[in-house]
Amino acid sequence: MTGTAAPLFAGTSLNSRDRKVEWLVRVLLGLMTALLILPVVIIMALLVVEGGPVISWEFLTTRPVDGMTAGGILPALVGTVWLVVVALIASVPVGVAAAVYLSEYAPDNWLTRAINLAIINLAGVPSIVHALFGVGAFVLFFRFGTSILAASLTLAVMTLPVVIVSTRESLQAVPRAFREACWNMGATRWQTIRRIVLPNALSGILTGIILEVSRTSGETAPIMFTGAAFFLPFLPQGVLDQTMAMSLHLFVIATQVPDAPEALPFGVALVLISMVLAMNALSIAFRVYVRGRKKW
Amino acid sequence: MAEPAVAPVPAAIATRGLNLWYGDFQALFDVNLDVRQGIITSLIGPSGCGKSTLLRSCNRINERLGYVRTTGSIEILGQDIYAPEVELVQVRKQVGMVFQRPNPLPLSIRDNVSFGHRLHARGHRVSRSRKEELVEDALRKVLLWDSVKDRLDTLATELSLEEQQKLCIARLLPVKPAVLLMDEPCSALDPKGTAAVEELIWELRGEFTILIVTHNMAQARRASEETVFMLIGKVIEHGLTEDVFLNPQHRQTADYIEGRYG
Ligand SMILES: Nc1ncnc2c1ncn2[C@@H]1O[C@H](COP(=O)(O)OP(=O)(O)OP(=O)(O)O)[C@@H](O)[C@H]1O
Ligand SMILES: [Mg+2]
Repeated sequence: MTGTAAPLFAGTSLNSRDRKVEWLVRVLLGLMTALLILPVVIIMALLVVEGGPVISWEFLTTRPVDGMTAGGILPALVGTVWLVVVALIASVPVGVAAAVYLSEYAPDNWLTRAINLAIINLAGVPSIVHALFGVGAFVLFFRFGTSILAASLTLAVMTLPVVIVSTRESLQAVPRAFREACWNMGATRWQTIRRIVLPNALSGILTGIILEVSRTSGETAPIMFTGAAFFLPFLPQGVLDQTMAMSLHLFVIATQVPDAPEALPFGVALVLISMVLAMNALSIAFRVYVRGRKKW
Repeated sequence: MAEPAVAPVPAAIATRGLNLWYGDFQALFDVNLDVRQGIITSLIGPSGCGKSTLLRSCNRINERLGYVRTTGSIEILGQDIYAPEVELVQVRKQVGMVFQRPNPLPLSIRDNVSFGHRLHARGHRVSRSRKEELVEDALRKVLLWDSVKDRLDTLATELSLEEQQKLCIARLLPVKPAVLLMDEPCSALDPKGTAAVEELIWELRGEFTILIVTHNMAQARRASEETVFMLIGKVIEHGLTEDVFLNPQHRQTADYIEGRYG
């Protein structure tokens, strides 16, 4: 006990200034975050309030009638599922295979680095450019016509770079020590990949794919000229048929059908965004589940 | 034909004029080394002198880097492992490697031990009981059986570091390698773990030829029969451990052993 001496841990003026800066930074960053979240919350609320009343079992399971001013959205819903599934069938095997090659087999030289760079850049190409490519390549050159096949392949080409990049990242997150351990026991590259690398990268790969699905299902431009129809009273029977799609349907009734009831586009948007959110929730749940079991 | 005067057994590892480059950087210079079969040889030398590089050349794991160039030859049990007809997988089967950081695979303990065997026994039917036996034998040999026998299906990555390192040794055994290369196998372990793994290595002596890299002079002295001293990519001295430590032939060896290189 020293009595009169200043307390050992008394603050200086510098400390109190630091504390003010600290407070300011925290408030500013918090505000930015709020600013970011606010529009999302408002959009969601608006969709639910305006579009909620439209949604019913009937809305999801019947066709549009009266020049798309009434009725349901079944053909668009089914069409979107078709488009996404066919796009996945086309892009996932190719994308994953390419990523495995680039990450596990390709020598680390300028060519590989150039390819990786090109892929990353490809992911940034605007979707309307992909749409034009799709028209030229799939609709005209391969003569698929405007069909689900052409539209899905266009979507697949558009999403391939992202599938490749996300898969490659998941593969590279698997520690090198595992690979060396396998090689040292005489495993070939492929055995190592199949038994150790892929199983451990699976959660990341699937997460990437699911996020792709959610993105693909909302795209409009790439399918507009390649396979999605304005209005079709029937469901597609095969990949060479045209189809309606949720995203285009939303665009159409919001802008091209003046006498559609105001709530209708909100309802369609709500269904579309629910699909996407459900996908994302699935991917998050999956990731949490897998991470819970994985330890290294 | 037999000349009893000369030992007919080939060296476990024999390198002749071995040079190795990482790109433009030469890491090994004219290494001529004979590692005798069935004993423990320790490899000592200051950091960066090429110990790991030499070790990794002996099972050709260095090649995976892509920019590594080697000249000279390495014979394992009298066979040149760089000969064109050599199947890499067979080399790796004969030459097992233990790393500085234990690196069990993210599989169960059981699957870790049987991993190598499963790879090499494809096409043969191996009964379930035989597989169990292999796992048990390997784990017993590394003195791990008693502590893990009730949890063979738990993830190997959840074991303590000491147990992980023992497991990494155990998983090499079912494929019956002739040579075990160990790159500072105890440096990630605490003193108790170090003592346990050292004891284990000593137990394996005779059955396997062991080449072990260590920075621990006491360990080299305690646990090896011959010692190799390297400096900047060259082998400076190779002899019986007690000779190297008590009566080194080169000044650099003496300096290193006395701690003058750090
Ligand atoms: N993958 C690599 N690429 C380029 N140079 C390397 C590589 N690995 C090692 N080297 C270089 O080769 C030399 C020998 O390295 P090595 O790892 O064999 O030394 P070491 O004796 O095992 O050292 P330590 O005791 O620190 O483990 C070092 O100068 C190192 O920088
Ligand atoms: Mg080393």
